[in-house]
Amino acid sequence: MEAVGGQFFRRRSLSIVAVFLVFVIANALAGGYVGFDFVASIADIPAGIAWMASNFVPSVESFEKIGQILSSLGSTVLVSIAASCTAAALAFAFAVLGSRSVGIGGPVSVAVRAIASLFRNIPVVAWAFILLFSFKQSEFTGFFALFLTSFGYLTRCYLESIDEVSGGSVEALRATGAGYFPIVAQAVVPMSITSVISWVLYMIETNIRDATLIGILTGTGIGFVFDLYYKSFRYDIAGLVIVMIVIAVIVCEAVSNYVRRQII
Amino acid sequence: MTNREKNPALAGAATPGASAPETAAAGTATPGAAVTEAAAACVSALSEHAADLPFARRTRTGKIKTRVMGKQNAAVALTLGILAGLTVFSLVTMNYGKVAFFTAFGQAAEDFLMMMLQPGLAGHFTLADVVTGLFVSIALAVLTTFIGAVIAFVLSLFAAVNLSNRMLSNAIKALMSFFRAVPTILWVLVFTVAIGLGPEAAVIGLLFHSVAYLVKAYSESFEEVDPGVLEALRSCGASWWQTVFAAVVPVKTSEMLSWTFIRFEINFVNAVAVGAVAGAGGIGYQLFLAGSFYYNIHEVGLIVYLCLAVAVVLEVAATKLRKRYIVHS
Repeated sequence: MEAVGGQFFRRRSLSIVAVFLVFVIANALAGGYVGFDFVASIADIPAGIAWMASNFVPSVESFEKIGQILSSLGSTVLVSIAASCTAAALAFAFAVLGSRSVGIGGPVSVAVRAIASLFRNIPVVAWAFILLFSFKQSEFTGFFALFLTSFGYLTRCYLESIDEVSGGSVEALRATGAGYFPIVAQAVVPMSITSVISWVLYMIETNIRDATLIGILTGTGIGFVFDLYYKSFRYDIAGLVIVMIVIAVIVCEAVSNYVRRQII
Repeated sequence: MTNREKNPALAGAATPGASAPETAAAGTATPGAAVTEAAAACVSALSEHAADLPFARRTRTGKIKTRVMGKQNAAVALTLGILAGLTVFSLVTMNYGKVAFFTAFGQAAEDFLMMMLQPGLAGHFTLADVVTGLFVSIALAVLTTFIGAVIAFVLSLFAAVNLSNRMLSNAIKALMSFFRAVPTILWVLVFTVAIGLGPEAAVIGLLFHSVAYLVKAYSESFEEVDPGVLEALRSCGASWWQTVFAAVVPVKTSEMLSWTFIRFEINFVNAVAVGAVAGAGGIGYQLFLAGSFYYNIHEVGLIVYLCLAVAVVLEVAATKLRKRYIVHS
C-alpha cells in the first residue's frame, strides 16, 4: 500500500520536475536564438518603469491637445462598435449555415470553418496593407481591417456556442416538422442570443485595443494620434493618449459587465 | 415568475376588476336548462380560473398574455437596439475618404487574390531570411509565454480567493485589468524607448498582457479546487506552500498547461504584429518592409502563408487542448 503511494508521489514529483525542465530548456533555446539577455532585462524592467513614470506623465500643456485626442478616441470607439456589430451579424449567419446542429452540412460546414480560420489567422498587418493600397488613409480602412479580423474570430466563437446551446431544441422542433427558418428563428436565435451579445461586447473591447495597432498602420483614429506624438518625441502627449485609452477600455469593460449581468 | 412577484402593483392593475368571484357565485346560483347550465358552468370555471390568476398579465381586451417580455428579454432587446443604433450612426458619419468606393473594393479583392494565389519572392529577402524571421517570432512568443507563465503562476496564487485574502486578490485583479487596458503595442513601444530596441523590449512589452491573461485563467481554475480538500489539508496543519503543491498544483497541471499553450498561440500572433510596428524583429518586420517599403504583394503573400501555417497548427492544437482539459461538461 505504502509502496504504491510512494510510487504515485514519486511519479507526480517527477512529472512536475519534467515540466519545469522543459520550460527552462525551451526558454534557454529561444533566448539564445534571439539573443535575449535575461539578466539585463530583469534589471531593465524597474529602470524602464521609472523612465516611463518620469517621461510619459501627461504634462499641463499636453492637455491643450485633449480635444483632438477625445474626438479621435470617440471615432475609434464608434468604429470598433460598428466593426464588431456588422462582423457579428455576418458571422452569425455564417455560423448558422456551418454549424453541426442546424447547418446545411457537408462541404458548407468545412468551408465555413476554413474561411473563419483564414480570416482570423491572416496577420492584421497584412490586412492593413491590402486595404491601405486601395482605400487609402480613411476611417473606413480601419473599420474594414477590424471587421475582417472580428469576422473570423466571431464565426469561430459562434460555431461553438450554437452547437453547444441548441442541440436539443433543434431536434425537438425538427421532430415536430418545423421548417429550416422556423427552427433558426425559434430555437437557435433565442437560445444563443445571450452568448452572441456577450461575445460582441468582448469583441468591442478587444477592437478598441486593436484599433490602436491598426490606427498606427493605416493612419486613422487614436492610433494615428499616438503615433504622431510618439514619433515627434512628445511623450507627455503620447502618455495622455495612453491614459485616455485606458479609461475608455475600463469604462467599456464595466459597461459590458453590467450588461452581461442584466441579460444572463 | 420573479417578475410577477416583484411587481404586484402592475399585475394587479391588469386584472379586470375584483368582482370576478362574485360573478362566479351568481353563475352557479342560477339554475336553468341543461345547455345554459353547462355554459354557465363553463363561464364560472373560466372566471374562477381568472380569479386564481389575479397577477396574470392581460391585454386591453382582457385576454391573458401568452408572451410576456421578461426583464432579461427587455435588456437583450435594449442592448441590441443600442448597438444597432450606434452601428448605423457610426456607418453614416464615417469618413469614407476620397476613393471611388466600388473601384476600391474591386482593387482590394484583386490584391487579396494576388496575395493568396501568387505568393513568391521578389529579391528583397531570401527564403532563409524569411524562415529565420519566422523562428525569431516563434522564439519571442516562447520566451513571452514561459516567463509570463512563471510570473502569472505566482501572482495567481495570491489572486485566487480561496488561497489568499480578498484584499490582496482584489488588488492583483485591479492591477491586471490595468495591464490589460493598455494595448500590447503601446507597452512594446513604451519599452522600446525606455530600454532600447531589441528582443528585450519586445518580450517585456508582450509580457504584460500575457501575465494578465494567464493570471485570470490560472486563478479562476484555482478557485474551482474542491474546498473540502483545502480544508482537510489545513486542518492537518499543512503549511500554505504544502497546500498549494499537494492540493492545487497536481489537480490543475493539465488545465494550466492548456491555458499556457492557448496563450502561446495568441503570443505568436502578437509577436508578428509587434515586430511590424515596433521594429522588434522577426517575420512581422519583414512583413512590414514588404508591405510598406517595397510594396510587393507577392512577398506579403509568402510571409502570410508562413504565418498562416504556424497559426493554423497552433489553433487546431489549442482547440483540441481546450476541449480535452478545460471545458467541463
